[in-house]
Amino acid sequence: MTNRSYLTCGVAAVVMMLGSTAVAAPVKVGMITTLSGGGAGLGIDTRDGFMLALKQAGDAASEVEVLIEDDQQKPDVAVQIADKMIQSDQVDLLTGIVWSNLAMAVVPAAVAQGKFYLSTNAAPSALAGSGCDPKYFSVSYQNDNMHETAGAYAKKAGIGKVFIMAPNYPAGQDSLTGFKRFYDEGEITDEVYTQVGQTDYAAEIAQIRNSGADAVFFFLPGGMGIAFMKQYAESGVDIPLIGPAFSFSQDILPAAGDAALGVMNGANWSKDLDNEANATFVEGFQAEYDRLPSLYAAQGYDTANLLLSAMSKADITDADAFRAALAEADFDSVRGKFSFGPNQHPIQDFYIREVVKEGDVLTNKIVEPVLTDHADAYAGECSM
Amino acid sequence: MPVLLVAEQALNGLQYGMMLFLMAAGLTLVFGVMGLINLAHGSLYMVGAFACATVAASTGWFWLGLLASLAAAAAAGAIIEVLVIRRLYARDHLDQVLATFALILVFSEGTRWVFGSFPLYLNLPPALSGAVTLPGGLQYPLFRLVIIAVGAAVAVGLWLLISRTRLGIRIRAGEADREMIAALGIDIARLYTVVFALGAALAGLAGALVGSIQSVQVGMGEPVLILAFVVVVIGGIGSIKGALIGAMLVGMTDTLGKALLPGFFAQFMDVSSANTIGASLASMLIYILMAVVLIVRPQGLFGARV
Amino acid sequence: MGQAFTRETWINLLIFTVLVAVAVFAHLSGQGFTVTLATKAAIFALAGVGLNLALGYGGMISFGHAAFFGIGGYACGILASHAANGTPIFAFLAGSNNMLVIWPIAMIASGLAALVIGALSQRTSGVYFIMVTLAFAQMIFYFAISWPRYGGEDGLSFYVRNNFPVMNTFAPIQYFAICATLLALALIATAVITQSRYGLALQAVRQNSQRSKAVGIRPYAVLLTAFVLSGMITGLAGALYADLNRFVSPTMLSWHMSGEIMVFVILGGVGRLCGPVAGAGIYILLEHVLGGVSEYWQALLGLMLLVIVLFAPGGLIGLLSGRKRHA
Repeated sequence: MTNRSYLTCGVAAVVMMLGSTAVAAPVKVGMITTLSGGGAGLGIDTRDGFMLALKQAGDAASEVEVLIEDDQQKPDVAVQIADKMIQSDQVDLLTGIVWSNLAMAVVPAAVAQGKFYLSTNAAPSALAGSGCDPKYFSVSYQNDNMHETAGAYAKKAGIGKVFIMAPNYPAGQDSLTGFKRFYDEGEITDEVYTQVGQTDYAAEIAQIRNSGADAVFFFLPGGMGIAFMKQYAESGVDIPLIGPAFSFSQDILPAAGDAALGVMNGANWSKDLDNEANATFVEGFQAEYDRLPSLYAAQGYDTANLLLSAMSKADITDADAFRAALAEADFDSVRGKFSFGPNQHPIQDFYIREVVKEGDVLTNKIVEPVLTDHADAYAGECSM
Repeated sequence: MPVLLVAEQALNGLQYGMMLFLMAAGLTLVFGVMGLINLAHGSLYMVGAFACATVAASTGWFWLGLLASLAAAAAAGAIIEVLVIRRLYARDHLDQVLATFALILVFSEGTRWVFGSFPLYLNLPPALSGAVTLPGGLQYPLFRLVIIAVGAAVAVGLWLLISRTRLGIRIRAGEADREMIAALGIDIARLYTVVFALGAALAGLAGALVGSIQSVQVGMGEPVLILAFVVVVIGGIGSIKGALIGAMLVGMTDTLGKALLPGFFAQFMDVSSANTIGASLASMLIYILMAVVLIVRPQGLFGARV
Repeated sequence: MGQAFTRETWINLLIFTVLVAVAVFAHLSGQGFTVTLATKAAIFALAGVGLNLALGYGGMISFGHAAFFGIGGYACGILASHAANGTPIFAFLAGSNNMLVIWPIAMIASGLAALVIGALSQRTSGVYFIMVTLAFAQMIFYFAISWPRYGGEDGLSFYVRNNFPVMNTFAPIQYFAICATLLALALIATAVITQSRYGLALQAVRQNSQRSKAVGIRPYAVLLTAFVLSGMITGLAGALYADLNRFVSPTMLSWHMSGEIMVFVILGGVGRLCGPVAGAGIYILLEHVLGGVSEYWQALLGLMLLVIVLFAPGGLIGLLSGRKRHA
């Protein structure tokens, strides 16, 4: 039920670089993430990426205490954990939620109670537009972004007819909306919503077989994507697949197997992105955990580094100053270029990646950038 | 709706129905012979899937994994029968429901403890993977055809077992009159253990087959268990024939409902509300079917007692 | 068996007092979250009191009470969310964030559901009844998941707890007071009902349906009435639970929830008026004590339940005797 880890490093007061002698006020972080069930891989990577950044920061992270609890991918459990962390543990800041439906259940209430929320992953449209909040930052992306990238790629590649499919929850609706926003010339043969947590896709595969589409765009995160891909490989349908990075991230590829080879997917990060922070991260992650990092780990890592950068400039007790320090995004992101837009969502580059084999390990490599300095479609509706 | 698509969806419904039959057969046998309601049947399904995944991964032999699923689920069934279930035959249904609900908790958390929270994935052997082309030009995954064949074989096997063997005679005698069969000098405790293990083995086999095309994880048996209950209620408790026909009805209703209803509603409303209403109604369809059967025949299609 | 033995009455008062004392003590020592836990226990107890009426006094083993718990929860969530965004529900019905409006609607909605489910389920008995109530609850569960209007699978957040005249429902101790008062009222109502003429008829039907017919009782009507009342009480608990979390989701309708409500009733002992109160209290205590000790607390809970059912059958068997299918 509970899975707690307390992290306290050394106790020394830290003398910061640049000659300033600011001492970071202690920050208590409540991390709510998925550590059991079908989506456990995503939460475990989020946690491990976040903790790796703190470990690498050494003394600079001595004032961060992290409480970690498992939300079991259930919104009601997430709500109760958030209540407990806010009322009982008195955390300063919450982070870690993987799934948009859980984020929608937790984030609005948390920021209403005066807590910061830094998103390591989920970023539903409702929180990017009219529902934006000064205390809410997305360090990952906005939900539509990966799908917009896939749509832009499909248009660029001249694919005429696409079958699109996603689970029936906010992130699923965001995904198909995002794809269609940039794939605006071709034809959508079918738009199918599946049940969240569905494990058998025989009926949908029959529809794909019958659709006459030139490509299938699907967004099925976690175990759903693996089940679909395995069954798709067995079905004899050979329409090429495209998707967002979620369906082909490092946690999924080993299970999906060769079925995923050659698939094009849109992403904001890849382990072969060429910058120093990324090299340090990928190397450090493999050394620490003995596996390749996924997108979720990368975003968790960036989130922790953003937090540390803000702590070096301001006290979390001074909410306005801390918010300004966060908004500067003064840290070395594994994504290279990284800044916040007016709605406190990232402005970053998006790439198309291809699933390849390195030796006998499946992984992604970058093919080309598709959208540069890309923000999101909802920033205009946000009035902060 | 093109003919090939309808044919493929019908095959999907048939495959789903066969899987449900494997689950429902054990439930209905155990209820018919011992009068026991067993909620932990889904846990046995999970045990079979995990056994298959573990053995297949460590030996590389998928067939061995299938055998292991039968053996492990039968063993787990026999063990809980001797330790727990045996004490429940003389109890009322409330005790049975609670004790077997408690068993689910123990099984689920125990499995999580041993295997962790990550789902396991099975790889099919090359001989069973890929698709085959059926007469009429329909391509269909070979392994799903295998599941249909296994279900049919089990149905025939159970029918032969119950109608042609000594064990079958005892099972029928046990259903008809429990006191009499003990008076005939049959070791009733052993008979019960055997019947329970047989039902468990079938559930384990279903778990292994389904786990091979989906994923193997804690809690996988729960949705299936409830559908198996619906099948048993529709077919009539204690009837293998009822379980088979009920399973086919449920499998077909569910699959074809999900496939056809959105299109049907799209004839006279906009596509997005048709999808919504179609999907909602489709997910309730089997329960509506069950309600209709109960209104017409409270004891199910082939049930004797109420 | 619900007769007011003095000792029984004392025990009931003691159990209830312990619950209130825990909440008050936690409040005074500034542990807001413990008050929230006590509130959760009171709400679960109320759900158990509802089930106890059908199960303990009527002998109807309903494995689908999550349906009523969830319908009550959704009634609360839907009214509150419509009140928040100012839209009508069916073009003419306004939403509401007043608990005094929400509670009756939640009870009527769950009562109607219990009437339909009960009327159909009463046609069957024994093991069919268990499976059928379970299946109907699943049907509502799947409907809630696939109907996107109120959040579908994601559930529905309404962020702000609803209002109650002259009270601050946000203060944990005040919300506890509301829930504990309703629990006390439900317990008193149960005591009154079970000792009324109707309650005697209900017990007669449970003990011997055939014989009760001979003395002019109509079992179908008597049992259906108990089932509806039972659903209404559990529905009220659902509305309170939705307000506790300011969130409602299909999880409240799931069969695990049905199983848990049963566990509350059993843990404390069926047939004790305050059995569900003790049961829910023990359950919440276990969840948070064992949950801290071990990730696998559910397994420990399962083992405990097994031991209670197998080796402490007095509470159960005595209650439902005469219903044995075969000895």
